[in-house]
Amino acid sequence: MLTYLLKRIGAGIILLVLVSTVTFALIYGSTGNVARNILGESASAADIAAKEHELGLDRSLPVQFADWAVHAVQGDLGNSWTRNQRVAPSLASRFPVTLSIVAISVVIMFFVAAVLGITAAVRRGIADQIIQVISVVGFAMPNFWLGLLLVLLFAVRLQWLPPTGYVSFATSPASWVASLVLPVGALVFSGIASASQQVRGAVIDALNKDYVRTLRARGVSPRSILYRHALRNALPATLTVLSVQFIALLGGAAIIEQVFAIPGLGSLTVDAALQGDVPVLMGVVVTLIITVVIMNILIDILNAWANPKVRLQ
Amino acid sequence: MSDEKLVDVRNVNIHFGPLHVLKDVSLDIRPGETVGLVGESGSGKTTIGRAILGICHVNSGQIDFEGKDIANVAPRERTGDAARIQAVFQDPYTSLNPSMTIEEILTEPMIARKIATAAEARDRVRDLLDQVNLPADAAHRYPREFSGGQRQRVAIARALALSPRLIVCDEPVSALDLSTQARVMDLFIEIQERTGVAYLFVSHDLAVVRHISHRVAVMRSGRIVEFGECDQVTARPEHPYTKRLLLAAPVADPVRQADRRRAFQELEAEA
Amino acid sequence: MTETTASIPAAGPQRSSLTGLVLRNPLGLLATALIIVVLLTAIFAPLIAPNDPAAVQIFKVNVAPGDGYLLGGDGSGRDIFSRLVWGARNTLIGAAIAVVVAALLGVTAGLFAGYFGKWYETASSWISDALMALPALIVLLALYQALGASIYLSMGIFGIMLSPGFYRLTRTLVKGVKNELYIDAARVSGLTDMRIIIRHILLVVRAPVVIQTSIVAGIAIVIQAGLEFLGLGDPSMPTWGGILQNGFQNMYNAPLGILWPGLAISITVASLVLLANAIRDAMQTGAAPSFRTPAIPAKYAAATPAPTPEEGVLLDIRDLVVAYPDGNGWREVVHGVTLQVRKGDVVGLVGESGSGKTQTAFAVLDLLSTGGKVLSGSITFDGEDLTKKSETEMRALRGRRIAYVPQEPMSNLDPSFRIGAQMVEPLMNVLGLSKAQAKARVLEMLARVGLPDPERTFNAYPHQVSGGMAQRVLIAGAVASSPDLLIADEPTTALDVTVQAEVLELLRELREEFHMTVVMVTHNFGVVADICDRVAVMKKGEIVEENAIGALFSNPQHPYTRMLLGSVLEDTEVRAYRAPAAKGNAA
Repeated sequence: MLTYLLKRIGAGIILLVLVSTVTFALIYGSTGNVARNILGESASAADIAAKEHELGLDRSLPVQFADWAVHAVQGDLGNSWTRNQRVAPSLASRFPVTLSIVAISVVIMFFVAAVLGITAAVRRGIADQIIQVISVVGFAMPNFWLGLLLVLLFAVRLQWLPPTGYVSFATSPASWVASLVLPVGALVFSGIASASQQVRGAVIDALNKDYVRTLRARGVSPRSILYRHALRNALPATLTVLSVQFIALLGGAAIIEQVFAIPGLGSLTVDAALQGDVPVLMGVVVTLIITVVIMNILIDILNAWANPKVRLQ
Repeated sequence: MSDEKLVDVRNVNIHFGPLHVLKDVSLDIRPGETVGLVGESGSGKTTIGRAILGICHVNSGQIDFEGKDIANVAPRERTGDAARIQAVFQDPYTSLNPSMTIEEILTEPMIARKIATAAEARDRVRDLLDQVNLPADAAHRYPREFSGGQRQRVAIARALALSPRLIVCDEPVSALDLSTQARVMDLFIEIQERTGVAYLFVSHDLAVVRHISHRVAVMRSGRIVEFGECDQVTARPEHPYTKRLLLAAPVADPVRQADRRRAFQELEAEA
Repeated sequence: MTETTASIPAAGPQRSSLTGLVLRNPLGLLATALIIVVLLTAIFAPLIAPNDPAAVQIFKVNVAPGDGYLLGGDGSGRDIFSRLVWGARNTLIGAAIAVVVAALLGVTAGLFAGYFGKWYETASSWISDALMALPALIVLLALYQALGASIYLSMGIFGIMLSPGFYRLTRTLVKGVKNELYIDAARVSGLTDMRIIIRHILLVVRAPVVIQTSIVAGIAIVIQAGLEFLGLGDPSMPTWGGILQNGFQNMYNAPLGILWPGLAISITVASLVLLANAIRDAMQTGAAPSFRTPAIPAKYAAATPAPTPEEGVLLDIRDLVVAYPDGNGWREVVHGVTLQVRKGDVVGLVGESGSGKTQTAFAVLDLLSTGGKVLSGSITFDGEDLTKKSETEMRALRGRRIAYVPQEPMSNLDPSFRIGAQMVEPLMNVLGLSKAQAKARVLEMLARVGLPDPERTFNAYPHQVSGGMAQRVLIAGAVASSPDLLIADEPTTALDVTVQAEVLELLRELREEFHMTVVMVTHNFGVVADICDRVAVMKKGEIVEENAIGALFSNPQHPYTRMLLGSVLEDTEVRAYRAPAAKGNAA
């Protein structure tokens, strides 16, 4: 079990190193005239050279990367090229916003999908058809469009909720909740649709196993068969779905934050992408990969708990 | 009795990773002969067949076919009669591709071996179906339209398509019902007597093996523990394991089974 | 389970009929029609669009629909309808690029990894896992400067990130097929690996890949729109995402502006998903059980009165009819079986596959597979008609007075629980034992069935014990509550012959010790001769002969029984070897 975990952590670190190297090479390698972009068209050649030297762009790519990596390991992700800010602190202030949106979405998605999926698996019939419809609609409606429709309906027309903006939890818990309802709603809908389908399939599979008949023959109650045995065996498949959805939500949050003007990682990334703020982009990529790696390790641990074959290998 | 050997397996060893699956296995088959190979699950009996077919890597030893070593020669690289060695597998449900017609299944070996053009191969289909007592209109149907026994007949017809001198039969009747099993066994015997093909007949069932074999080999944990004339091995075995195997299989006669059971328990008590 | 599974071949319908099935499904037809409309729109955009999508008419900024602008004007005074029409073209090209890249990479890698395995599979699976760990949208944002404003290049990169979906699908399918015996047969026939992949494997992969393509095309359209919505597209090119972005900026002045592009995206993507679902459903036809229970025909309605209990008869089955829903009617698998089992007897229920022997046994346990129903007849157990009992009453009986030993030892143990835990639970439920009592009882039973180290088996997971041990565990679980009736469904069929002899011996001892009555379902007359007192021979859902063991073997009455006994391969003369006359090949 321990070696299994160490292996997973090792694989996560390799992934992190690999992705940051490739990303660095791609985005630094292609930033042709950053200095000119920053200084404006009127800047002299000497000024540009000076700026490039200041940013360290006059060095070779491997040297730049080594320099970046050495600092990054110590938690220093450099300075933003377009704002007068250090990258690490600005990530630190924005990341929790995004993470809370994504985490809340994952939790809601998990519970709603579990209830819907299990109901559909056990009852079939109507519940099943409802899930089928939701899953098609959820898949087909882009979450940013759904977000806009929600704003039009609940904020503009009904005026129940604020259309955009974000209030931190510390400022006012009630306003914080109000500011998250629409973005989270827009974000989870498609996730619920696909996850409930997968839960349904996994539970049906588990209920069709031979050992279910044997347990029933021993007088074990349908409750225990569903909640103790079938769900436990459906868990690995469900966890895989969760991990895929978590990654998808991280991306989806970037667009949703733009729709609702939420100061999270997503809006920072979009701005940095449009302006070519390379250190910020590198910081975002590294932060998100670490998040995904941690999430996947947590899921692996849960998976090992549910599946003795994994745990005891 | 002829001393000519069609197949001569000598000191074959096979490893699957850390597992030593075949340990110094030697075995021979004469032309037109059936050698039965019995053993329990995991004994390695299937692996010998696969090694002869060239679809399993041999770590050491020799497999001579008509005097030429064919160990580790893939089927498509074989020439002459070695290229005609065929197989009939256990499960008639997965040994035929569900999305191909019977005709496509039967012509495939002939076309792959380039012994017939597509048109000639199609002409032979009716004859092949006839040899296994299937109606000619079976050619344009799909495997799912047939019962287990009929599918196994199709598999036998496919094996006959290349006019082989050896067919490796891997548990070919163990997935079939009792009455079907008897008819398919009779078909195997009839084909052998008509064509002179030799069989390596792998099975876990001593009674089945006794029914068709001339000689029988008994395997346990990768070794052949006994190899000899069919009647001797299946009725008066010498090796204790063969005895155990024989006495463990229940006979369809309550009186004789009671005796056999007693004998099995005595054997167990000795051990 | 032999009867229910073995007789249904696992085969999908043919390609020609697959297309037909999709089009006969109303949703499939609708989806196909919509996709064709979108495709035609994209191809003939210049002919369909009434206005130049880039033409600005300043007095038509955010204008309402009508007046030459079918769906109104956007924030710059351009015709939304014309822009949507051209957007269809640009959006579909982008999606097509992503899909083609993803499918080519994923399917090729999946075919090779699945077929050849080894290092190739390790490496490509690692790459696939790594790609899947990346949030695609963020990566595309990060690479925006490197890729430039061309959305097509971004979609190419996105295609790479989508390829793991195809890769995993293909690899799983190929690995499933690779070990099928027909692949071995093809190799033996001398086909090269390349021809095997093309002839046998691509065939299997084709339909699932089409489904995946449809889904991935949907994802690509949504992500592309997302990128453009964020302003990362080429502003000079009308796209659905770009139109939506423009609508978003003018949302408060012209809310309708966000409706049209969103609808275009959603309807297109929904059509793709519906098409995928229709193909999937078409592939599963025949296998899909109907959940509507058909009406029970009147002929079954006449309630058979349960027989008056007879002294010494534990189980009395009368005119039992078991059926499964089949379209709008019922398909009978047991037609009117009558069988009496006397206390203390071991009764064999013998027959070939499809004879209904297992279904009869499951009916007694009230454990028929989904949909199965006792349509008429009675099953009287110790004076009570089981067919009239509720599920709760049956549950109280099962595991206490009636027990079951299945055929496949491994698949009948829950892999997620320790062996002990799954044996203790029923004892606590059914017998009301405390946890400690139940554990003590389980350990005692594990020792009784001959497991050398009961404590260790108790704490083991099912995958840590052998098949023979697992079957002993299942027998221990069945017998632990000292049941009156044990129903054993081919309990030794999956075992090696030497293990079978030991397990039969164990059953014989337990039957004496616990005074059990046993119904033994089997196809093996040797097993019958070994352990049974009486035998019922079944054929096609009916009992053709029922007799005491001695009489059945010495003097079988029914021709079918005689035929079966005649098929037993025993005591045949051994064949004499003759070398073939000439060295001739088989005909």
